[in-house]
Amino acid sequence: MKKIVVYFISLFFFLQASLYAYSTNPENFVNELVTDVIKRLSDKSLNQEEKEKFVELIAVENVDINALGLYTLGELRKSSSDQDIDNYQKAFKKYFLKSLTSRLSDYSSSEFEVLNSDQKSSNYTIVSSQVEPENGGPKIKIDWRIYTKNPEKPLIRDLIVEGLSLARTQKEEFASILSSNNNDIKILIMKLEEFSKNK
Amino acid sequence: MQVFKKLKISLTIFVFVLNVSSYAEAKNECFESTSRAVFKFNMALDEAILEPIAKGYNKLPDPIKKGTSNFTSNIGILLSIPNNLLQGNFSQLGHSVGSFALNSTVGIFGILNPAEKIGLNPHKEDVGQTLGTYGINSGCYFVLPVLGPTTVRDSIGIIADTFIDPFAHITIREKELLSSSGNSLDYYSLKATTAIDFRADNDRNFESLEKNSIDLYSSVKSIYLQDRENKIKNSVETQDEWGNLDN
Repeated sequence: MKKIVVYFISLFFFLQASLYAYSTNPENFVNELVTDVIKRLSDKSLNQEEKEKFVELIAVENVDINALGLYTLGELRKSSSDQDIDNYQKAFKKYFLKSLTSRLSDYSSSEFEVLNSDQKSSNYTIVSSQVEPENGGPKIKIDWRIYTKNPEKPLIRDLIVEGLSLARTQKEEFASILSSNNNDIKILIMKLEEFSKNK
Repeated sequence: MQVFKKLKISLTIFVFVLNVSSYAEAKNECFESTSRAVFKFNMALDEAILEPIAKGYNKLPDPIKKGTSNFTSNIGILLSIPNNLLQGNFSQLGHSVGSFALNSTVGIFGILNPAEKIGLNPHKEDVGQTLGTYGINSGCYFVLPVLGPTTVRDSIGIIADTFIDPFAHITIREKELLSSSGNSLDYYSLKATTAIDFRADNDRNFESLEKNSIDLYSSVKSIYLQDRENKIKNSVETQDEWGNLDN
């Protein structure tokens, strides 16, 4: 009986994991992930809450949220206490997921195509893609910075939309908040928490 | 004498740019609190005037929007042509001249864009970008009323643009060029239409940015500076600042 329970529990976790497991090749990884997200977002049988939950799961699994958080914190990550970094990471994760799900409707019915990829180093590959908006507007070029240190588990670290890095924009926004608040990480954490609660 | 006076003014401006640029980087603010106040004013202006017009514009049939966008872009190429020359970028000069000639004739005054179909892809160039290609730093960052984000180099570029842009020559200065003439109203109408077209095209992006920014002023500043960097390089080189994180 115990074996059967263990088997079913294992099977459940395997199915959950494989549900969101994409190719390890960066180009295929991006293509499969985006195709999957677009398919789910245009699925009329899912309500908004279910769609948001799905995107959150996908992001937690496939975006390097911890590294993104540290990157956007800039040099302060070196001088902050472990406790502050830990609190910041928690607040950043909530902020990131909140802002991600609020953008869901923006590009959900667009045509997506992976163009090519460029391996910059053993750690990074840039995958180039383009999105054709549903309203027939000009095609949008999106580059994906994929972290490939673990080749078995590629992770998204940045999106560069028409040459504009989302991570860099975020980093410079946070730097401005910090510089006008005496580089106090606690104020940044408070602002991130406020955003997650209010928006 | 007139030419000498103009040259003197240009040289003074140029030396001023060089001086200011050597002391300031674009990430530095010229006068942040004033810029933030101007930014707030511009946002209010956008909300009251530009945004409603852009939303209305977005309701127009696609061919009208596309035609308007093509028309303003085609006239915009006139500013790129002297800048292509000043940058010594003859490949882009070919794209600009070819595109303008073809779109203004076969493309019915620029309403259609047949040049794109044969692979002509002119980049928009201005004096700020040309100075950037000469290695002149951007200088500090500030926000202009109505015109929006800029830097010392780019703001001087905006003024210089009106001196080398053939369209400005025949409109603002009311000079005749190849039997074409116009007036200031033509110039400012075109600039206003270009702004509305840009605002309408990016309506959803503006909304998303506004909704997801904790400090909108800084986000807009970052986007402006990244965009100018890319335009000066004519490429999208992703900065590899991530290396530090992995060490």
